Amino acid sequence: MVTAFTTASTRQTFGETLVELGRENQDIVVLGGDLNKSTFANLFGREFPERFFDFGPAEQNIMGVAAGLAASRKSPFVTTFAVFGSCRPFDQIRVSIAQPHLNVKIVCTHAGIITGEDGMSAHSIEDLALMCSLPGFTVLAPADAVETVRAIRAAAETPGPFYIRLYRPATPIVHQDNGYDFKIGKAELMRRGKNDDVTIIAVGVGVSSSLQAASALAEEGTSCRVVNMHTLRPVDEGAILEAAKETGAIVTVEEHYIHGGLGSIVAQALGKGHPVPLEMVALDRYAESGTAEELLEKYHLTPEYIGKAVKAALARK
Amino acid sequence: MDNLENIAKEIRRDVIEMIFTAGSGHPGGSLSEIEILTALYFRIMKHDPENPAWSDRDRFILSKGHASPGFYAVLSKRGYFPRDEMWTFRKLGSRLQGHAHTGTPGVEMNSGSLGQGLSFAVGVALAANVDKKDYRVYALLGDGECDEGQIWEAAMSAAHYNLGNLTAFVDRNRIQNDRFTSEVMRLEPLAEKWSAFGWKVLEVDGHNIGQVLDAASAARNTRGCPTVIIAHTVKGKGVSFMENNPDFHGRAPNKDEYERALKELA
Repeated sequence: MVTAFTTASTRQTFGETLVELGRENQDIVVLGGDLNKSTFANLFGREFPERFFDFGPAEQNIMGVAAGLAASRKSPFVTTFAVFGSCRPFDQIRVSIAQPHLNVKIVCTHAGIITGEDGMSAHSIEDLALMCSLPGFTVLAPADAVETVRAIRAAAETPGPFYIRLYRPATPIVHQDNGYDFKIGKAELMRRGKNDDVTIIAVGVGVSSSLQAASALAEEGTSCRVVNMHTLRPVDEGAILEAAKETGAIVTVEEHYIHGGLGSIVAQALGKGHPVPLEMVALDRYAESGTAEELLEKYHLTPEYIGKAVKAALARK
Repeated sequence: MDNLENIAKEIRRDVIEMIFTAGSGHPGGSLSEIEILTALYFRIMKHDPENPAWSDRDRFILSKGHASPGFYAVLSKRGYFPRDEMWTFRKLGSRLQGHAHTGTPGVEMNSGSLGQGLSFAVGVALAANVDKKDYRVYALLGDGECDEGQIWEAAMSAAHYNLGNLTAFVDRNRIQNDRFTSEVMRLEPLAEKWSAFGWKVLEVDGHNIGQVLDAASAARNTRGCPTVIIAHTVKGKGVSFMENNPDFHGRAPNKDEYERALKELA
């Protein structure tokens, strides 16, 4: 049996949160690149036109301008699609933002392959690897719209450069709206049994599919712990090692390329601290046009494939 | 004016000394920018070496970050850090990095990857408008640097946002890393390009401090659009065998060259 979730849009939630932040903090300025309807940054632009700047699709310039604003004690939020806010202007992010450690928040929507029909150029499957490679950057990938609000607010309250990864389609809600205490760098335990056989560490939409996989596996007698690794940098190594010690096997789940993302980060922590069998559910190539559901199925990112990875990990224990 | 010219000559000697001591660095573009920087730091800009973070200061952004020795020599001469610190340039633990960065007092941004400074300057100029402050923003670009597409993204946005508080200098010394700019990538008609992007364009002899000061005044009195001052300069200016010589874009003088250079600049 598969758990059913209601869904909500992380990008719309982001746009609404940004407006609230704009009311609370006069220093917040927003920069967009001609995608402001899609990122919902236009909500901020409508209410605060004097603090909203569109640059057209000129992402290299946007990152440099954001750096100049941050150096002038503004709190810039850059919003665009994930491919255009990470891959495209990477050197500008590196030299103008990361190296001087400026207070720029890059919030990108349309991450991963669930962006769908636009095809591989629009599928951001390298962004986590790139952004996690920048010293001093904090990298957040909220699991749902509830967590998105917390992540955006936590970023606004924390000085320094951030990358936050959101989605195009509405995604499953895995948190109760009230009482969720989000902390940067502190992994969230989503599901835990008495004697878990394995831990699934997931990020972003991978969390809901991992919870679904865990439910299905429970009916077969396999007990899975599920951890939401919403912060990729700085990653919660303590939570990874605790899971490795207590359950003896790990499966990572991410809608990202298999190199450089969550799986690689977890492997690094395990290798240093407590090696155990590790299976990675991730993309191993560029995808193609299709619906989100079709792509997740074809590229083996569904709960069914997470279940297979769990079994593979258990077999290696 | 005589005074500023003397200061410029002293700064040139410091540039040679610094790069020779370091054993590496970029003399050509450092020597071509000296009058522009001297005019900015000794006459044009409102700034306070005792308080580099003064919120109402005019800002200067060195986009051609490899020309840091010229910049450091001016900052030191103006009192941003002690003279002796110049001889630590490019050495381990120094605040004077190979390319300009914010760890040096008076440096506003990191550079070294070409094309990024004008965007940063646009951000600083926009912040002045948001904060309703009247400080001015100056950026210095290399001519070879104008090969970078980001320069033109930034140029378009500065005009779009009517940034009259922004002035860019282009150090038009006609040589880039490998060869003459006309051989690597044709820039001309450069003035027309900036003009077409919505900028007021002024052209000066970049080694004539009077002309640089006059152009900066004209820029200050311009409303509603940014100004670019194309400063025609000589790469390696002041040292005969470095002048117009692509070989000295990015190499230090040897002992013999160092001694001859200082003699010429005496």
